[in-house]
Amino acid sequence: MSIDFGSALRMFAAVVLLGGVMSVAQADDDEHEGGRRSVATNAAWQAECGECHVAFPPRLLPAASWREMMAGLDKHFGTDASLEAPVAQEIGAFLEQHASRRKIDPAAKPLLRISETRWFVREHDEVPQRVWKNPLVKSPSNCAACHTEAESGDYRERNIRMPK
Amino acid sequence: MSRAFSMSVLLVVAAMSAVQPAGAETFGQIMDEFAESARSTPGFQGFSAANGEQFFKATHGNDWSCASCHTENPASSGKHAKTSKLIKPMAPLVNPERFTDPAKVEKWFKRNCNDVLERACTAQEKGDVLTYLLTINK
Ligand code: HEC
Ligand code: HEC
Ligand code: HEC
Repeated sequence: MSIDFGSALRMFAAVVLLGGVMSVAQADDDEHEGGRRSVATNAAWQAECGECHVAFPPRLLPAASWREMMAGLDKHFGTDASLEAPVAQEIGAFLEQHASRRKIDPAAKPLLRISETRWFVREHDEVPQRVWKNPLVKSPSNCAACHTEAESGDYRERNIRMPK
Repeated sequence: MSRAFSMSVLLVVAAMSAVQPAGAETFGQIMDEFAESARSTPGFQGFSAANGEQFFKATHGNDWSCASCHTENPASSGKHAKTSKLIKPMAPLVNPERFTDPAKVEKWFKRNCNDVLERACTAQEKGDVLTYLLTINK
């Protein structure tokens, strides 16, 4: 066969991008953080960003944060999470499209942790210190320790169980 | 010694193919590629499960070893050393989904070797690790 590697790669990228557009088209724009309505989703994002932790919902960070994060995946919170360019581009586009639309200071350095946003701190200010220190929680990033349905993007109150 | 090892790899691949034909085929292809590129290094003696085990369990200058996330026993589930997320067993005889997608294997060797050794793993190291994992069945 006389198909060269470069064009095979482009074909692959086109198929991946098409898949991405289709899943984005199905997704519901949801401004409410608890995600009571259907949640934006994308197969590549779910698979690639859900390997080491739950795939954190795009609406919890602004587009500038996602852009910066996707540009530094090889040094991602102390670990190498690098991706091939075509899939990284697809995921980046999905994250930015469904990002939080809250106003942010354009001069400030974008926050990379959801758990450091003002919104997160306020939403979680009733969680007692001893719960944050529980070894079953370990880190505020460990959403699934309390949000039992975090894997499917559901953070509603009725699915919260805090470790004792 | 290298003969004996490639023989045992062949046998296990044959055993796997009885259960999971597609899995064994890609596993064989992945091993072939590692062997192909390791052969170009002078003194290549084949792959060794013993060296693979040692490599897997040792640290290499950083805090993490492969076992930090994949556990000392690759037949059991591990968990991510930082995020605590569950990681399914690495031994293909226990978890037949392992090493069935060459792109996935490459992606993770790149990432994890970088975290553990701050460099890419050699074909010899990758072949040794897979040979070791293939000998684990419980
Ligand atoms: C190789 C493993 C790995 C992969 C793959 C990975 N991450 Fe992470 N991620 C981590 C680690 C480790 C942390 C830090 C966790 C901690 O501090 O408890 C983290 C933290 C995060 C945080 C901050 C969580 C907080 O504290 O608010 C975000 C956001 C994030 N990752 C997004 C992503 C996105 C988007 C992707 C996909 C492009 C991704 N991650 C893929 C390992 C990974
Ligand atoms: C230690 C337990 C714990 C952890 C870890 C945790 N949360 Fe929460 N979260 C809670 C509790 C408790 C509430 C409810 C606060 C209230 O309504 O009073 C909450 C509320 C929320 C809400 C609002 C839910 C709604 O419908 O009002 C969202 C969204 C949310 N958390 C997201 C996250 C994300 C994302 C992470 C990880 C980056 C996370 N949480 C980590 C305990 C936790
Ligand atoms: C910080 C945690 C961590 C460390 C350390 C680590 N891994 Fe991994 N590894 C993972 C995660 C997470 C996955 C993907 C999840 C899965 O496949 O179940 C993975 C997947 C893999 C895969 C892909 C397996 C497949 O099914 O194709 C290989 C190969 C691998 N690791 C090898 C290694 C080697 C070799 C080392 C040591 C040099 C190592 N890992 C160290 C977390 C780690």
